[in-house]
Amino acid sequence: MSLVFDMALVAGLIALALHVVVTRDGRGAILAFMAFGLLLGIGWARLASVDVALTEAAIGGGLTGMLLLRAQAHLVRHAAHPAALPTDRRRWLVPALSCGLVTLALAAVVLAFPRPAPSLAHQAVASLEATGLGNPVTAVLLAYRAIDTLLEKIVLILALVGVWSLSRDAAWGGASQLRPAIIPEPLVFLARVMPPFGVLIAVYQVWVGADLPGGTFQAGTILAAMALLVMLAGLRLAPQTQSRALRLMLAGGPALFVLVGFLGVAVAQGFLSYPEAIAKPLIVGIEAALTLSIAGTLALLVAGPPDRAPEP
Amino acid sequence: MSAIALTSASLFGLCGAALVGIGLFCILTHPDLLRRIIGFNILGAGIFLVFGAVARRGAAMGLSGDPVPQAMVITGIVVAFAATALAIALLRRLASLTGSATLEAATPPRSET
Amino acid sequence: MTSAYAATPGGLLLVLAVMLPAAAVLAMLVLGPRRTRVVALATLALGLVVALAIGLELVRSGTALIYVLGNWQPPLGIALRADGLSVMMLAVTAVVMAATGLFARDLFGLDLATADGRLGTSFWTLLMGLWSGLNLVFVSQDLFNLYVALELLTFAAVPLVCLDGRGETMAAALRYLMFALLGSMLYLLGAGLLYGAYGTLDIRLIASASQHGPAMAIALALMIPGLLAKAALFPLHLWLPPAHAGAPAAASAVLSALVIKAPVFLILRLVADIAPPGSAAVAGQVLAVLGAASILFCSIMALRQERLKLMIAYSTVAQIGYLFIVFPLAGVGDGTAPWGTIAWTGGALQLTSHALAKAAMFMAAGIVAEAVGHDRIRDLGGFGRAPPLPPPTFGWAGLSLMGIPPSGGFIAKCLLLTAAAIGGHLWLALTILAGGLLAGGYVFPVMDRALATPAEPLLLRKPIPLRLELVPLVLAVLAVALGFLPLAPFGLLQIGRPDIALAVSP
Repeated sequence: MSLVFDMALVAGLIALALHVVVTRDGRGAILAFMAFGLLLGIGWARLASVDVALTEAAIGGGLTGMLLLRAQAHLVRHAAHPAALPTDRRRWLVPALSCGLVTLALAAVVLAFPRPAPSLAHQAVASLEATGLGNPVTAVLLAYRAIDTLLEKIVLILALVGVWSLSRDAAWGGASQLRPAIIPEPLVFLARVMPPFGVLIAVYQVWVGADLPGGTFQAGTILAAMALLVMLAGLRLAPQTQSRALRLMLAGGPALFVLVGFLGVAVAQGFLSYPEAIAKPLIVGIEAALTLSIAGTLALLVAGPPDRAPEP
Repeated sequence: MSAIALTSASLFGLCGAALVGIGLFCILTHPDLLRRIIGFNILGAGIFLVFGAVARRGAAMGLSGDPVPQAMVITGIVVAFAATALAIALLRRLASLTGSATLEAATPPRSET
Repeated sequence: MTSAYAATPGGLLLVLAVMLPAAAVLAMLVLGPRRTRVVALATLALGLVVALAIGLELVRSGTALIYVLGNWQPPLGIALRADGLSVMMLAVTAVVMAATGLFARDLFGLDLATADGRLGTSFWTLLMGLWSGLNLVFVSQDLFNLYVALELLTFAAVPLVCLDGRGETMAAALRYLMFALLGSMLYLLGAGLLYGAYGTLDIRLIASASQHGPAMAIALALMIPGLLAKAALFPLHLWLPPAHAGAPAAASAVLSALVIKAPVFLILRLVADIAPPGSAAVAGQVLAVLGAASILFCSIMALRQERLKLMIAYSTVAQIGYLFIVFPLAGVGDGTAPWGTIAWTGGALQLTSHALAKAAMFMAAGIVAEAVGHDRIRDLGGFGRAPPLPPPTFGWAGLSLMGIPPSGGFIAKCLLLTAAAIGGHLWLALTILAGGLLAGGYVFPVMDRALATPAEPLLLRKPIPLRLELVPLVLAVLAVALGFLPLAPFGLLQIGRPDIALAVSP
């Protein structure tokens, strides 16, 4: 029975993906992609990866959709009407066949994966005790493979520096104009009601993330969405990108991570290793700081390059 | 290999393979850059589903899946989002400067050919 | 388990090589535009010391440096490892980075309005991001961690291309981003397949597996083309010339000299360290054909360019081609150890001398463009009289590209040619010779312009301080000096190389 449900889900995902590619309606493609993101979130829940499901639904369905919709509105105003897929068969037949070949090859590999499947689940669980955590995914992200998580934060910050560098010289250091000309009344209502709940959920996520599904990414995304909601509704202005407080918040999480990492050289077994007695509080502390940094970075990435000159 | 029981994990793995093909096709052929950026996200979703299938197959020790590929997917989703954001910021700036949302029209005709 | 990594003394230096520039990115963000340059220059100095210390430690111990992050052994954790080849890459990177830093300080200093503004500040932050990513590519042992390293490079390199904010460079940056992202995603997909088949992403552990299913072949068939798109090998090179030519000179230098070497390095590791011999031999042949096509086609394209920076950029694609013909010449995949061959040494020398020479050339071209206001080759007659040092810089660097003695490029191409002759690869030998002639074809006309006497003298937009001109000259002289280096230090390349030989034997 559940396999039938999964098959329907998979069929829906593929149909939506195809629709996104072939439809001539730019906005329709984005809405279909957002639906795709939500459906994919359910898929991840079916794969029993609740941590990923939460991340996918929040980022894939939510934030990416918001980015795309804003971009589409901008392009409609500033650019010539975008072209549709080529109808000339010679233009698409060869790529279509090559992509089909990639799919077939991948399918063959997926079906031929060795069994029993190799897995690090044993090792991940066996080492959990040293971290004091209960959620093995969090242990992978913040202990076993902490360097990936740390450097991925640097990637996010570089992306933000890159996005800011696309502003006009005069606006660099200023704030983004997020507020639309006309603000729909329901949006303002949502922006007044939702944030307290969002913050509560985020705090809960970070707190339980150590032992249950959830954690810093999911919480950060929710906080980012709340911040964007407030700014889009015009209740608060977007912050100036040159603001020292903002920049401290953005760099704080990864900076604390680096400091604790080097602390490990002095008092534990090397860079990014935690002293066993206080491993859990250290990790939860890092997660809390990272959550704020991630929230700020994601929200500002959606907001885009500053377009108003900085005010002293 | 004789009996390939179609498990939920392989089903989503196959779905990932299909999405990879669809995303690649979109990236290679679609002239609209915004659509190509969405194509990258579909490609990414497909790749992550392959990771997801691998994770689900590795369920053991009372865990519902191997946590290592699950963690990698979380990292990957965040990086893919950042890539989308950078691409869109570039695209918006390109459209403001040149009035075009395609690469073909934005580059001057190649003088050497 | 015999496969466990044992941390070596000095292993922590590898962590520093990656984390110092990463920490600098954070520091710059917090301290703001005013202090960005100071942080960058301090980091460059420290990083240079770290690279030197790593080199000394390698020579002293005679074995690869290893560090196990968080003391979590692979496959659960991640190990860093630097053998002779990695250390050479770290050292070249540090030298070019330091030179770029000195160059950029004076270049952006020319215009006080922009020195602390958008362009300068973004440049320094992205440069540090690049450095962290490059160093990680050279030392990481984990395929997913290497994906993160590749993304560090992507996100730092792409915005560098369009710092000048013109529509043309936006298009170039966007095209670069598309190629780079596609490359990363194909790489990531391949890594996922390998994890599904082997349950690990550690290079050493995968290499020691005895049985290979279809996953290995398909994964390589995804990862190598993905990395080729990033390395801009023909026919995936289309993004490179507009991107490298459109960036500010200091950025072009790093992009052309270093950034595209990172995917090349990874391809080398995949083919030489992971791929089973049969696949490695096939991959090596294909890569060599593409490399030869790159040399010939892009040298001809370079000949036909009218703008100096575009010409130099096409020359980069041609010179990268030489690195790929090393595979069959060094006998990768035929069961012998490739790192003991003269072709391997030639390849390493080519990589080093190109990095130095190309950085020098882009900087020299940047100075000319800054002084004259454009880089149209036809209208540059007599540019040798204005800022005096770019022409000799260009000439000395050109020696390496052409493979004319005395220069590092000469020794490199000579070794490759010898290897081709000994191995009976006539077509590769002819390609190497033709590539040298074609390079002469694009370098000499520029020299001719430099020495020409124009009908009306060039108008100088702004004076160029001598210090700015000295940096590229030093790099070009270093590229030449490599030709006088006794080849013995290249025994360094063999340190720690047969990492997996023991594990493979039954």
